[in-house]
Amino acid sequence: MKPAAFAYHRPESIEETLRQLAALGSSAKVIAGGQSLGPMLNMRLATPSDLIDLNDLTELAYVREVGDMLEIGALTRHAQIAASRLVLDKCPLLAHAAKTIGHYAIRQRGTLGGSLAHADPAAQLPLMAVTLGAQIEVISSRGKRILAAADFFESAMSTALTSDEMIKCVRFPKQGAQEGSSFQFFNRRHGDYAIVAVGVTVAVQGECAVRLRLGLGGVGAVPLDCMDMVQPSVDRVADAAWAAEVALAVSQALNPEDELRVPAVYRKELAHTLVERALVRALERAKE
Amino acid sequence: MRAMEKRSITLTVNGQNHEVMVEPRKLLVDALREDCRLTGTHVGCEHGVCGACTVLVDGSTVRSCLTYAIQMEGHEVSTIESVDAGGKLSPLQQALHEEHGLQCGFCTPGIVMTFEAFLKHHSDPSEDEIREALSGNLCRCTGYQNIVKAIQKAAEQMRKNPDYVAP
Repeated sequence: MKPAAFAYHRPESIEETLRQLAALGSSAKVIAGGQSLGPMLNMRLATPSDLIDLNDLTELAYVREVGDMLEIGALTRHAQIAASRLVLDKCPLLAHAAKTIGHYAIRQRGTLGGSLAHADPAAQLPLMAVTLGAQIEVISSRGKRILAAADFFESAMSTALTSDEMIKCVRFPKQGAQEGSSFQFFNRRHGDYAIVAVGVTVAVQGECAVRLRLGLGGVGAVPLDCMDMVQPSVDRVADAAWAAEVALAVSQALNPEDELRVPAVYRKELAHTLVERALVRALERAKE
Repeated sequence: MRAMEKRSITLTVNGQNHEVMVEPRKLLVDALREDCRLTGTHVGCEHGVCGACTVLVDGSTVRSCLTYAIQMEGHEVSTIESVDAGGKLSPLQQALHEEHGLQCGFCTPGIVMTFEAFLKHHSDPSEDEIREALSGNLCRCTGYQNIVKAIQKAAEQMRKNPDYVAP
């Protein structure tokens, strides 16, 4: 499998990248880590006329604190996110999820911006962006936009990015005091995309859950934000029975597609199990 | 610049510069094998699943089938040919040999390159950590047991004697 011919561009600055994106139009693609786009090119599922290589834009590989948010540059590799002291301390859910992406070599190369722009419905980082309510800053020669993750993902492999835009950075809210989180997922082969993945953060006050975020991957065309669904469960005593009740309610509200190898009923049961597991673990961490 | 046009690039592989003419779409692994004549890097699945083509770029692991040669200008590529020290096996290669960590050997260059990098950052890995890192390299012969043993042995050897060179 060899890719179809493409012209190659390697801009040295963000400005040059944006000029090229504007000039080359929708038949051009940006490439960062290439861990998703590479296979698509090799299998000719993607046949862009031009490839714009972002790997020299090293100023976009960083993690820093901006107020109560953690800002991460689009070119930051999964392995950097997973190992970052700052991410582990301030947004551990994101670090834990990043650590489970693909395989060792893939995490050295794949990037945050690339994963979000690729928008696989079962991928870890889009799920993290939706679960945590991240803000995605996109730039073009026309200026910048800041999109809520919920508005960024439109459908499977499809985002709100226009052909002249690229992701610059993503801002994730920091974990609060007495807040715990858990990422749980299941797949059949290590390193594959999850069949179902769950991200949970829960803040407690005494015995009560006072804030709850819950996102599900693999159950629809985009990561599913279950914030509204779980709202009635907030401000209640949060124990094992509570976790079981929330998990049942969430899984019953799901309507995943029936697929040959993964029937809808299996996905719902898996979601049930994983949500409960994630809630119990997140509660333990919140109470630590 | 037309897409099909070959471009002259300089690939730095194992410390040596290679001037090669490549189309932008040429995979790094194909350039290594066909243009640099370094056939130690094997090419298996060509879509980033099997790990056979793993090389190091600036010291970190990269699937050379998901990378284009043209992207490597200005970067240092290391292949399996760089691992031995003047004909002597590296501790990892020696351990794979002693523990029967290979049978047909097709996947071995990728495994060696993955763990040459991994062991630099994880000098005392647990078996779980080794298996997690190894999951990106498919081997259809060994069942992995002996590969894991070899990696454990190499890690121990490298901890005891960082300058170890095989006899």
